[in-house]
Amino acid sequence: MNYPRFVRITRVVRENRNVKSIFFPFESSIDPGQFFMITIPGIDEIPMSVSRILDKEVSITFRKVGDATERLFGMREGDIIGIRGPLGNGFRIEGDRILFVAGGTGIASIAPAVDLAKELGKDIIVVIGARTREDLFFLERMKKIGKLMVVTDDGSAGRKGLASDVAKEIIESNKVDQVITCGPEMMMKKILDLCRERSVDFQASVERYIKCGLGLCGQCCIGEGLRVCIEGPVFDGDTLARCADFGHYQRDSSGRRVYLKDG
Amino acid sequence: MLEIEISGLRLRNPTMLASGVMGECSGSLIRAYRSGAGAVVTKSIGLEPREGYPNPTAVEIECGILNSMGLPNPGIDEFGEEMREVVELEIPVIGSIFAGDAESFSILAKRMQGYGACAIELNLSCPHARGYGLEIGTDPDLVRGIVKEVKRSVSIPVFSKISANVADIVEIGKAVEEGGGDGIVAINSVKAMKIDLSTKKPILFNRFGGYSGRGIKPIGVRCVYELASEIEIPIIGAGGVEKGEDAIEYILAGAKAVQVGSAIFYRGIDVFRKICKEMEEWMERNGYSSIEDFRGLALK
Repeated sequence: MNYPRFVRITRVVRENRNVKSIFFPFESSIDPGQFFMITIPGIDEIPMSVSRILDKEVSITFRKVGDATERLFGMREGDIIGIRGPLGNGFRIEGDRILFVAGGTGIASIAPAVDLAKELGKDIIVVIGARTREDLFFLERMKKIGKLMVVTDDGSAGRKGLASDVAKEIIESNKVDQVITCGPEMMMKKILDLCRERSVDFQASVERYIKCGLGLCGQCCIGEGLRVCIEGPVFDGDTLARCADFGHYQRDSSGRRVYLKDG
Repeated sequence: MLEIEISGLRLRNPTMLASGVMGECSGSLIRAYRSGAGAVVTKSIGLEPREGYPNPTAVEIECGILNSMGLPNPGIDEFGEEMREVVELEIPVIGSIFAGDAESFSILAKRMQGYGACAIELNLSCPHARGYGLEIGTDPDLVRGIVKEVKRSVSIPVFSKISANVADIVEIGKAVEEGGGDGIVAINSVKAMKIDLSTKKPILFNRFGGYSGRGIKPIGVRCVYELASEIEIPIIGAGGVEKGEDAIEYILAGAKAVQVGSAIFYRGIDVFRKICKEMEEWMERNGYSSIEDFRGLALK
């Protein structure tokens, strides 16, 4: 039944000043890249990708950005949230040399795929980009798995610049078979274009305003009616290249087009 | 075999994408048509943009889906771009509109006609938005007045989607007919509620919602049967159409076409093609070569 199941939070971990992870019991099968609709009773229900897949629990990781995440941020062990899912599809790892590129909180969505690539014995490079040093998280976790490269807009940690610039250098050096990315759409679009030029396998976790999570309301559609909640949130390069709106515009909660700015 | 003609519209088959489902943007309307729908109905569009309610707005429950989206839509001005992208592909698109009074309905209908809609569907039955839908669609005088006003404003067919949440649906159907309406769509989702046992509160943010899916099919079939017994204008059946057999049941009750919505959740977006194939198989087994051969047989 695609209906919220209410569970108690088992742990809360603070990842940085604005980012927390909430753990809850979950024992069914789940793929890296899949997501839950998380109900904060009386406030809202929002989509969140799984950020850790453990034996008997999973976590979601989020930044304080609105009413719902603000309320989640204040929640403690024992508090109750609703979970509906896992929904959508997951990442598919292709080839031997995998480049992961995360922007902002995007690392939360791709971290379980990095874990999976490690289990499969792949060569891994992880690029994490953020505005400043304070916005970074999951660095220790990623460092243990593969080669980690950090990039910040202001140079307060790692290299100064954009994650997409670092990704470009790596892709152009022909050292990767596949790129997996999650972050600001303009970043993902730039990387998609690079991968298309060089025929590198590409997968991105796409973010859209999700309402019903049942594949019915149509709110989260991209391209020719592809539902991020059903056919996504992970799309491959061929599919996204056919979506004229990807990297161009998203839709607000009324369905109006909101054009993306470069950068 | 499945081609139909309804109020002058010729459709390749009698299945339509129901309003409120995958109808807010051009891409999803195009996809529904390419998945086999005979026509597609847009999300209900109003004069102004509307965000709708916070989540949860929809859940799966026993025998169906409960939703309370709250009529989110980009507003008639911005919807022109979506319509243009669908209409230029020559897809028959029916523009669904909602408003609080006859004058606003007329303005919206004219805009939809201008955008190239092949017909208008008046939402007189949304069960979860204050001041709209069901709140006006239960008053026969208001319904008659709205239909009359809209009919004066446009030249394309005007259908009215009505609710089962009334004591006598025939009274509403007759009001549509008296107003000069070209057809009736019956039924919209049924006003309902689900209370969660963990939180001990209604599960939807808006508390009340509309129940759709297989659980309401017998209600829809009853309404179509009652309407078809008493009125002359064409009826489009809606409510729980999931399989070819469901569509056939509505047609036996007198419907000329059917709308499909929640079934996309159960059978995927290509449910239209599946329903059509199942209808054809049934028709072949029973020796029918057109929809009109068996339409309304239950009434005789």
